[in-house]
Amino acid sequence: MTDTITAPTIEYLLLSPLLVVFGAAIVGVLVEAFAPRYLRAAFQVPLTLLSLVAAFALVIFVVVKDGVPNKAAAMGAVAADGPALFIWGTILLLAFVSVLLIGDDFVPSAVAVPGSVEEERAVSEGAAHTEVYPLVLFAVGGMLLFAASNDLLVMFVALEVMSLPLYMLCGLARRRRLLSQEAAMKYFLLGAFSSAFFLYGTALLYGYAGSIDLSKISTSLSSVGGQDSLLFIGAAVLGVGLFFKIGAVPFQMWKPDVYQGAPTPITALMASGTLVAAFGALLRVFWVALGNLEWDWSPVVWAVAILTMVVGAILAITQTDIKRMLAYSSIAHAGFILTAVVATAGAKQNSLALSGILFYLVAYGLTTVGAFGVVTMVRDPGGEAWHLSRWAGLGKRSPKLAMVLAFFLLAMAGIPLTSGFFAKYAVFSAAVSGGAVALVVVGVVASAIAAFFYVRVIVLMFFSDPAADGPSIVMPIATRGVVGFAALATVVLGVFPQPVLDLASKAAQSLFVR
Amino acid sequence: MEPIVEHSGGVIGASWLMIAFPLASAAILLLGGRRTNAWGHLLGVFAPVASFVVAVMCFLQPSGRYDVGLYDFIPGVAKVGLLIDPLSITFALLITGVGSLIHIYSIGYMAHDPERRRFFAYLNLFVAAMLLLVLADNYLVLFLGWEGVGLASYLLIGFWQFKPTAATAAKKAFVVNRVGDFGFLVGLFTIFATFGTFAFGPVFDNAAKASNGTLTAIGIMLLIGACGKSAQLPLQSWLLDAMEGPTPVSALIHAATMVTAGVYLVVRSGAAFFPEGATASLIVTIVGVATLLAGAIIGTAKDDIKKALAGSTMSQIGYMMLAAGLGPAGYAFAIAHLLTHGFFKADLFLGAGSVMHAMKDEVNMRRYGALRALMPVTFITFFIGYLAIIGFPLLSGYFTKDGIIETAMDSNAILGWLAVIGAGITGFYMSRVVFMTFFGSKRWADDVHPHESPSVMTWPLIILSIGSIFLGGYLILSNRLMVYLGPAVGLPEALPQFHPFSPTGLATLALVALGAAIAWVRYGSAEVPQVAPRGSFLTTFARRDLYGDALNEALLMRPGQWLTRLAVWFDNKGVDGVVNGLAAGIGGSSGRLRRIQTGFVRSYALSIFVGAAVLVGAWYVVGNL
Amino acid sequence: MELYVPILVLAVLAAGFAVFSVGIAPFTGPKRWNRAKLDAYECGIEPTPQPIGGGRFPLKYMITAMLFIVFDIEIIFLYPWAVTFDKLGVFGLVEMVLFIVTVLVAYAYVWRRRGLDWD
Repeated sequence: MTDTITAPTIEYLLLSPLLVVFGAAIVGVLVEAFAPRYLRAAFQVPLTLLSLVAAFALVIFVVVKDGVPNKAAAMGAVAADGPALFIWGTILLLAFVSVLLIGDDFVPSAVAVPGSVEEERAVSEGAAHTEVYPLVLFAVGGMLLFAASNDLLVMFVALEVMSLPLYMLCGLARRRRLLSQEAAMKYFLLGAFSSAFFLYGTALLYGYAGSIDLSKISTSLSSVGGQDSLLFIGAAVLGVGLFFKIGAVPFQMWKPDVYQGAPTPITALMASGTLVAAFGALLRVFWVALGNLEWDWSPVVWAVAILTMVVGAILAITQTDIKRMLAYSSIAHAGFILTAVVATAGAKQNSLALSGILFYLVAYGLTTVGAFGVVTMVRDPGGEAWHLSRWAGLGKRSPKLAMVLAFFLLAMAGIPLTSGFFAKYAVFSAAVSGGAVALVVVGVVASAIAAFFYVRVIVLMFFSDPAADGPSIVMPIATRGVVGFAALATVVLGVFPQPVLDLASKAAQSLFVR
Repeated sequence: MEPIVEHSGGVIGASWLMIAFPLASAAILLLGGRRTNAWGHLLGVFAPVASFVVAVMCFLQPSGRYDVGLYDFIPGVAKVGLLIDPLSITFALLITGVGSLIHIYSIGYMAHDPERRRFFAYLNLFVAAMLLLVLADNYLVLFLGWEGVGLASYLLIGFWQFKPTAATAAKKAFVVNRVGDFGFLVGLFTIFATFGTFAFGPVFDNAAKASNGTLTAIGIMLLIGACGKSAQLPLQSWLLDAMEGPTPVSALIHAATMVTAGVYLVVRSGAAFFPEGATASLIVTIVGVATLLAGAIIGTAKDDIKKALAGSTMSQIGYMMLAAGLGPAGYAFAIAHLLTHGFFKADLFLGAGSVMHAMKDEVNMRRYGALRALMPVTFITFFIGYLAIIGFPLLSGYFTKDGIIETAMDSNAILGWLAVIGAGITGFYMSRVVFMTFFGSKRWADDVHPHESPSVMTWPLIILSIGSIFLGGYLILSNRLMVYLGPAVGLPEALPQFHPFSPTGLATLALVALGAAIAWVRYGSAEVPQVAPRGSFLTTFARRDLYGDALNEALLMRPGQWLTRLAVWFDNKGVDGVVNGLAAGIGGSSGRLRRIQTGFVRSYALSIFVGAAVLVGAWYVVGNL
Repeated sequence: MELYVPILVLAVLAAGFAVFSVGIAPFTGPKRWNRAKLDAYECGIEPTPQPIGGGRFPLKYMITAMLFIVFDIEIIFLYPWAVTFDKLGVFGLVEMVLFIVTVLVAYAYVWRRRGLDWD
């Protein structure tokens, strides 16, 4: 045993976006503790938004100051490289717009049994769960860390920091309490189950490589011999944990139930931010730690990608609930992105595929937030109108809103002049140049199937007669702003994709730090 | 031809503003809705004027061929950029200059229309699309503009959609243009397949390397597109019906600018796909001559003043097409005639609009007569336009049309003489229009009180008529336009000399005079019956647009209907069977797969567990291969 | 791989024993029911009486348990630091203070929200 322990060094500037978000979350908890009830929201909303903006500004500041960094900060625990910073920026942007969606969708008192006297009392007292904001900040901080963690334990901690607040947030829907609580319970149980897989995989990989550091695992692949079973089982089990988070088939079951039950702004955050973060982590594990093992994992990921695209697209067809439909669409999109994950071959090809994925994540994230934003606007007396039959004839009742949603759906279908087109183009062309032609063929077929159910909604909105007692349209100013911004971004990325494509390829240039 | 050079910054670099002004204005007017009613028309006028200023500034820059890249649309495949060269600048000046005048005129013409703002929005949209068409530096963006003007044309023809005839005419224009656009699209695909790019520079540079057959095929396909847009035979039938639109629209879109897009396309692609003596070029000249005669003949029999002018437009564009098919010797004359035609035809149309304005929207010339004293400004400007179009010596049309006829005569005597005959018929039908409208006895209804139009309408007429007088001479004498356009379209081996009294020119003048004289005898000195007499077989032939619609119906519509019926049958029985089967299969599997989603968390966990087991197993197997 | 053979054998044996025991019981055991046998097994003592409505614990137990875990873990983190705090120096001190403050924030929240009150 050595007598001296050198104190670790921490690159505070590089980590500052993370620190700001977590710091704001802790301050948010203090506000919850000490501020009187009527002041809490007035504190929390600006605090949350400002911290997200500040973190975003810091990301830009880091890049502007010293160029794109490419190092492992905090003693190799957190990667600060081009992709990490790009993903941070993306997550912060998506979180910002998702937070703006948060309105009166949350339950006044979560502990009260639905329909009970306590709940009525909470409503009459005007109670509100402003804890939502610190919880979102914790989740966002976890997302940031998850996508940038450079060793498996930090990644696991980040996974939990990201997931636990989300489990809770899922159960806080103001209306349809039981569905919401059921969603939270399912998400928690299955999430814990998959976390166990992740941890088990971490342990096995540690047993194989003697390290939890991603780059050390990578180098050990060539030096350690005779322990292949540990490696394969460990990698596969670790993969299960990650595939669960992106909702790849056969680990997708939670997604429709949870997306449906969760309050819609939280669904928007999960469908955009969590997906981005999970893909960041997935890429790090598969490309950095297991990069030299590509020949072994790529057939497996091929199969998963095909299943994900096909099952997601096919199951979406028979959905009658718009949130479930969007959930299945999210599954299919995860499959589309997976096609570029397997398209590895050399640094140049990798950075091509990576930049495609990064662009996809931005484009899809914004479109998805916009689509869920529209969902929050269409209301029945009992809450949001989820059933598709309620959306019939919306084009006649509220043409602008219907057109915006139609536009988002077309973007998800990948119609030219929308961001979705370039996103698909980017990942599919990367996959083709990476030799995954068959995968792209399946992807295009799945896109065609997917286009069917997107267009079906459009047809329903514009070519059916509106019901006599159709849903009403609620348009809070913030939600309108978010939807407008998302629509604008979808247009701009569809017509002028170049700046963001350039940014993505610049971020992807140096690939992940090793 | 000069090579195209990349350019950025400066005035040329800001040339995109030309398109941005009218586009932004259209967006504001359409999105702003009724809120912009009060000042919408002023904004609508400001936009093309601003574009005109930009165009003039670009024109004043040192001449050259500049490619202004705007951005990469699909990296490596499609860029969006503008080509600023003498040809495109010339068009931009015409579109924004004449366009501005027509916008100003429309303030007065549409003053009583409750939808005036929407009208200006569409006009702006048209100007933006048309500028995009002529300024594009590649075929893809050109096609975007091409479709844009088609859309604007559709919207404006059907602007008074409460009139069933207008709605039908709009639909007809749209459908006929589809046929042309289809040809254009096939041409585009072939270009991309052959050259791997849409950009003008590389396509023109590498054209020599492609096989003759390919070039001819592309040429013919582009020509089909041009025929649709420019109302050339056999896709001419929509133009006459398009006169259902408001008159400024007829002046701007269906006379001065949009219908010349086909000529632009042929001249722009000339060096690559329509070289002198090639099959495609020959077809262009034949189409041009056939159309110039057909249009002129239709013009002789129409009693509707706008339709008579529309026939004339067809005919004049036929002249331009003819010249465009003659190679570098003809390009300058094609463009020169296009420019002067832009002025005098806009002048004539706006004059006709002014007359209609005075006559409670009456269009039948048999109900006009003796208007010259009551509408002096309209009469004088109209008369100048008339003299210009028939080629009265020293007016614009004289120089430009004569140039085309001379060039055609040099190339092929048959083409030349047919063009001369066309000029003679022009003399007849235009004189007929003037005599029936302004001379003779008054034949209008009792409740009509003709009056001169407001000055916001007459001033554009005056400016246009001044252009109709001098522009032709300015462009043609000492070959100004030809030398200016040279870098963009190429020069002929020897510059042509202008002969004031060439035999061809004299013959043309004689025939024009003869035509005018016949018209005077029939319609000037004699009493014009208020109801059209039955007329001979030939008159009926011309009145029925040379049976163009009947021909379309017999040759295209009926077989087309049969074909669609067959296709529908096949589609129902064959394709739908497969598709429905597929859809049912997918839907069915969706339904079955859906049952796995039981809603029980235990079964989800089981699925995760089984999935993990399969994943581990698969990985293990693959890893140990 | 040989390293795992004994473990594998043990696993198979254990599984086999379990399956055998459970499988054989219905056939060999006597089937005499009484009330005590049908009760939930709670280490042989009488089952705790349940609140009315059955099967629910008050949430308070949970909160207390969770609070215990939080501070338990805090102590676990404090131990290694306490052993090496002089070697880690100021850095270690600052980090530890930050850690404790962070946990204190949670404590403050619980306290202000009356999570520590039993009623």
